[in-house]
Amino acid sequence: MSQPTEDPKEKPKRWIYIIPLVLFSVLMIVFFIGLGLNPRLLPSPLIDQPAPGFNLARLKAPDEMISQDVLKGEPSLLNIWATWCVSCRVEHPVLMKIAASKEVPIFGLFYKDERSKGLAWLKDYGDPYVASGMDLDGKIAIDWGLYGAPETFVIDKDGVIRYKHVGPITWDDWQNILLPKIKSLRAGSGV
Amino acid sequence: MFRAVCIALCLSFSTVTLAEIAGFPFENEAEEERFETLASQLRCLVCQNQSLADSDAPLAQDLRSELYEQIQTGNSNDQIISFLTGRYGDFILYKPAFNARTLLLWLSPLLLFIVGVFCLFRFNLKSRQEPEGEVSEADLQKIRELLESETENK
Repeated sequence: MSQPTEDPKEKPKRWIYIIPLVLFSVLMIVFFIGLGLNPRLLPSPLIDQPAPGFNLARLKAPDEMISQDVLKGEPSLLNIWATWCVSCRVEHPVLMKIAASKEVPIFGLFYKDERSKGLAWLKDYGDPYVASGMDLDGKIAIDWGLYGAPETFVIDKDGVIRYKHVGPITWDDWQNILLPKIKSLRAGSGV
Repeated sequence: MFRAVCIALCLSFSTVTLAEIAGFPFENEAEEERFETLASQLRCLVCQNQSLADSDAPLAQDLRSELYEQIQTGNSNDQIISFLTGRYGDFILYKPAFNARTLLLWLSPLLLFIVGVFCLFRFNLKSRQEPEGEVSEADLQKIRELLESETENK
């Protein structure tokens, strides 16, 4: 009220002082969203890459070998599992239901375990796998970028990895994420 | 005496990390040093705030033996690192690579510093240029009145 001549000069300047508050708010929003993210979900560099090669003895028939070639021909799942893995036990009934739905063949990578334990597991809880390869020293799992069993890969008919799921698959995951992916792969619409 | 205890304590802690790395027979010190440097620069993916050298997780042990084998077969550090990032992504590196995707990450501190310095000078200079306290006669009169009423009240 003292000097009306200065008012037009001061007005355009005032909004500047809001900037720190705005920046701070944006930062807080970013941090808040960050809090809700799962740090265990790491982007895999293997997406859209051909499945890493392997040649492993089968869990149920150790005289036979399975290789990455079994993943070709139609879309499939590759599930990395072990009997010492608690989350695999949680996931197992869901895998059984997926296998029963006959939507997609599930292959297993039996990871750092003992054959007798694996056989007992499949006998006690059921066998959702077309076949499981035994990666007893965990070398192949490193090629697949495994860091926390169970992990499941969606592979297309050309043997290319299209999606990776870390942690146990829930029925919701199957219905909302994995099944739609497989259906779109089958429809030939690519990714 | 106290100093001796301190030193003993420090030494006993330092052997903890060495013990993790031990177990691999190296032919020469250079290889062992390479192994230790690599293992401490790579992240354990299970316990993400530990390096491969520090972690006891089974996967970290496996990756350490992978490191050991690759050093033994004569692979260079770059080869070993691209082997691991090809499988686990850049996340396995504690020090992110400097490339187009991480440009902002690396340069943002410098950028913020420049912006900060710019603001500092700009606003500082401006406030200096402003004419100091030109108070109108009417305001001065008001101030005097207020001051006087203050002293009268006391």
